[in-house]
Amino acid sequence: MITVDRLAAVLVEAADTLVDDFDLIEFLQRLTTHASELFDVDAAGLLLADADGRLQPLAASDERAEMLELFQVQSAEGPCQDCYRGGAAVVNADLLNAGDRWPRFAPKAVASGYRAVHAFPLRLRQEVIGALNLFSAQPGQMDPADMQAVQALADVATIGLLQERAIRRRDILTEQLQVALNSRIAIEQAKGALAQIHDCTVDQAFDLLRNYARSNHLRLGQVAYQVTAEPDKVPELVTPTPRAP
Amino acid sequence: MDCLLIGGVSGKRDTLSDRGHGDIWSLVAEEPLRSSDREDVGGWLERLCRAAVRTLPASGLGVSLMSATGEPTVMAASSPDSVVLEELQFTLGEGPCQDAFATRRPVLTPDVREAAATQWPGYAPAVLELGVEAVFAFPLQLGSARLGALDIYREHTGSLSDESFRHAQAFAAVATESLLDAQERFAGRGEAPGDLALDRSFVVYQAQGMVQVQLAIDLAEAMVRLRAYAYANGRPVAEVAEDIVARRLVLESDS
Repeated sequence: MITVDRLAAVLVEAADTLVDDFDLIEFLQRLTTHASELFDVDAAGLLLADADGRLQPLAASDERAEMLELFQVQSAEGPCQDCYRGGAAVVNADLLNAGDRWPRFAPKAVASGYRAVHAFPLRLRQEVIGALNLFSAQPGQMDPADMQAVQALADVATIGLLQERAIRRRDILTEQLQVALNSRIAIEQAKGALAQIHDCTVDQAFDLLRNYARSNHLRLGQVAYQVTAEPDKVPELVTPTPRAP
Repeated sequence: MDCLLIGGVSGKRDTLSDRGHGDIWSLVAEEPLRSSDREDVGGWLERLCRAAVRTLPASGLGVSLMSATGEPTVMAASSPDSVVLEELQFTLGEGPCQDAFATRRPVLTPDVREAAATQWPGYAPAVLELGVEAVFAFPLQLGSARLGALDIYREHTGSLSDESFRHAQAFAAVATESLLDAQERFAGRGEAPGDLALDRSFVVYQAQGMVQVQLAIDLAEAMVRLRAYAYANGRPVAEVAEDIVARRLVLESDS
């Protein structure tokens, strides 16, 4: 179970969205990393509804293609879809026995080594804007106190995303969300370009991208943009690595 | 209504608020053809501009493309007056279209008069003279691939409503999709793609990045090639993309 002081620290960070250089993708990425570390789960992802009301994965603690597919399939069916439509958390779903409920999602999740899945709504009053998705390789029940803590984290993040921005300008979140979705696409395009340049998998390409962004203190979305649109600004990243003889 | 709506509120559907890209495609397809409409993507975008003017509503609308070097071309507009407005910003070298393209974000100017002093000392007075009081520009882009911008003109000041803002984004998204689509699909009349959901798989964007490097072309062109290959072979775009990412397929440089 999570300690009160860890939780408090994470909640404060989740609420801190009014910094000048706020970047939605990075904010969500930190949130998923915290969620996976704090709550003894093996992977966490965050999905937000786009302008068409389709759930789109924006950030994940584990960026492997296989994992992203597990998030992406939920624009059609799965715990996040149920959570988004129903507005209530879906917890402790046993994936081995979920084939009827989610015929496409459940077998995929089992094949990826997961046994339990949870989805918590990002909700403010009547409004649901997305879901926080947790995967566990072990079957079993989530600690009820942890469930409350995860929902608290999701709630604070939602308030941070919605309320403050709503006061400043109502359309700003729609815009912010669109920019974030577009950054996500830019990241995928950059993964493909880097996989081709370095003759590696898209998963390895993501590691290259993220490591470069981290070691140069740059935003992931910005580096991704430069890889495909302004490659001369990131020469080390887009130069093919010489093959070992 | 105090609640801010993005995407949708669960359990409640409002037909207009929830108008998604699919509905926008239908709106454009329903827009009557005019004898002056070209039989290519340009003609389709003319209809998109006219449909958008009625839906938003707005007094005028234009779509302009920018080359990689920033060279602009007016692609379509809702009326001859709007063509003049589009061209004006390129003549003056400043305006919402260039700003939306450069910043990769919407440029929202609910009162052009306010922008006269700071943003656009040349452009703002010029459009005010033509009766335009507010302009809103939305970038046409897909990830890092940038094509241009969609410009909305209004004869009165004031922000776009939440609903108009979402519609404007949806029209911009459909314009982008159309431009990235294989041109032959627009012979005669435009059709909505069969399955947009599949087209939006991440693997499609990954393949786009790979094709860009393989063929040494720009990113937008890579998507056009990818889609053209899929249509020509009668295969879903996502399936072709999976083959490319798995390195089972390499597109020919002259295909």
